[in-house]
Amino acid sequence: MAWPQTLIDACYFIAALLFILGLKRMSSPRTARGGIVWAGFGMLLAVVATLLLPDMQNRGLIIAAVLVGVAAAWWSGRRVAMTAMPQMVALYNGMGGGAAAAIGASELVSHARDLVAGAPAPNTFPLMPESWSQLHGAAAVAPLSPVALALGVLGALIGSVSFSGSLIAFAKLQGWLDRRFVFPGQQVVNLLVLAAALLMGVALGSGHITIALVCAFFVLALLFGLLMTLPIGGADMPVVISLYNAFTGLAVAFEGFVLQNEAMIIAGMVVGAAGTLLTQLMAKAMNRSIGNVLFGNFGAAAGGAAQAISGSQKPIEAADAAVMMAYAERVVIVPGYGMAVAQAQHKVWEFAQVLIARGVKVKFAIHPVAGRMPGHMNVLLAEAGVPYDLIVDMEDINPEFPVTDVALVIGANDVVNPVAKTDPSSPIYGMPILDVADAKQVIVVKRGKGTGFAGIENALFYADNARMLYGDGQAAAGQLVAELKTLDG
Amino acid sequence: MLDGFLALYIFMLAAFTGYEIIARVPVILHTPLMSGSNFIHGIVLVGAMIALGHAHTAFELAIGFIGVLLGAGNAAGGYVVTERMLEMFKSSKPGQRSREAK
Repeated sequence: MAWPQTLIDACYFIAALLFILGLKRMSSPRTARGGIVWAGFGMLLAVVATLLLPDMQNRGLIIAAVLVGVAAAWWSGRRVAMTAMPQMVALYNGMGGGAAAAIGASELVSHARDLVAGAPAPNTFPLMPESWSQLHGAAAVAPLSPVALALGVLGALIGSVSFSGSLIAFAKLQGWLDRRFVFPGQQVVNLLVLAAALLMGVALGSGHITIALVCAFFVLALLFGLLMTLPIGGADMPVVISLYNAFTGLAVAFEGFVLQNEAMIIAGMVVGAAGTLLTQLMAKAMNRSIGNVLFGNFGAAAGGAAQAISGSQKPIEAADAAVMMAYAERVVIVPGYGMAVAQAQHKVWEFAQVLIARGVKVKFAIHPVAGRMPGHMNVLLAEAGVPYDLIVDMEDINPEFPVTDVALVIGANDVVNPVAKTDPSSPIYGMPILDVADAKQVIVVKRGKGTGFAGIENALFYADNARMLYGDGQAAAGQLVAELKTLDG
Repeated sequence: MLDGFLALYIFMLAAFTGYEIIARVPVILHTPLMSGSNFIHGIVLVGAMIALGHAHTAFELAIGFIGVLLGAGNAAGGYVVTERMLEMFKSSKPGQRSREAK
């Protein structure tokens, strides 16, 4: 039941088209849902076409592996909480990197077998094998061109790093690995491991392929992914995940070149480029350069004595806070990851709805890195039912704070810290922030007096117009709702 | 078929396509988009299937099997979580929600 090659090529073409159109539609909130469905159809089409390639063997085994992989991922993806989304993306991304590495490994291993069996050595001159049939012939691997071999090895290296690195990122965000792993001379060791892996890669790429060398190459590549990710702190993980996402895209494109599969090349390259841009946007929003994230350790630079903050934190009762907001004209709610951890977003939205019903203009202000990655907070608010047109980005809301009566900060800390503007010795100096302090009144819902994720004192909490409402996000929001209702009653 | 320069053109054009698509995306969609692009490189499943489909020795079969398993996880997991996130985006104005969602 093999299909003619033309039909299969057509399927790949349509799949590539659907991927691009789907990604395009995903760039607007109105069409985004349709976008992923389109891309899904593309994937289905490509998978079915591949199964029907003329010279495929082991079809039973392939179907079994696909079913097991799909079932496991579907099950875990269905039940994961929205707050855990970043680490799930990391996990699935790592799997993709691992798959790309496996493709590279299987090419190299079967190539090694061919060499032992005395099959023809790689072509020396033509960039690619002369004909399609040669590549898709009975042999597992037709002689690879030097370019294909080099790209295959490079893809395997990048895929391996993405695989082990993403698993570490997953473990860190999941809380399984909460310590940064730092030792003196670490960067030298990392560099040596990378150099050794590259050296072996060059040996493989120049045609010296033995099983032992292939194994050593992969061990080193995986090790490098581990070592590279271990010292990076949890706050920087989103940038790292995004970077590995781009890595996997590139690895897929390179392995696609080896397999002469255009759909893989296009989809992989599109993701590689998009992922790189996304990584830059994220790093910029966090005021970190990508190099700084990867090679500098957060906090280490904060050696200088931070400016002492004078004043005291002034508490407020929930009843007073509720009255303040009930009679305000404009209220801006600034949610942070602390709100999501407390699962308070539903209560907060309920509170906002009561305010809206009273005629208060309520908006939600989102910092680009609120949550664990850019846009994560939007997802969490959407889950609670907050319409996306009430959610305002930082650039648009900052000019509005001076005319805002009350800014309600829930579980956000570093992203509203004025120190980022005033204290050059602070590690977050220069990071764009939400100018909450410009509002007439600020109410901060906070569990206790501790510092934020980055471990930095927040000058906002000591400001004259700021009041602290201590307590768990969910409980505080519940109290506010109850107090509002007694006002009406 | 796909000679060196033709492949290079594909690499280049695809890279620009990816860059241009993302360049105009609102921050609100960054997380779903990262997840969505994560799904799209799940196409690696196709490559893993080809590798397993041409495997001969037990070692090759094992590598290929793991590859397909991981690739299928990437594709299916990426799809499910992206779809779940995007499903939740709603507008406060009734009727603005796209009917094209299906």
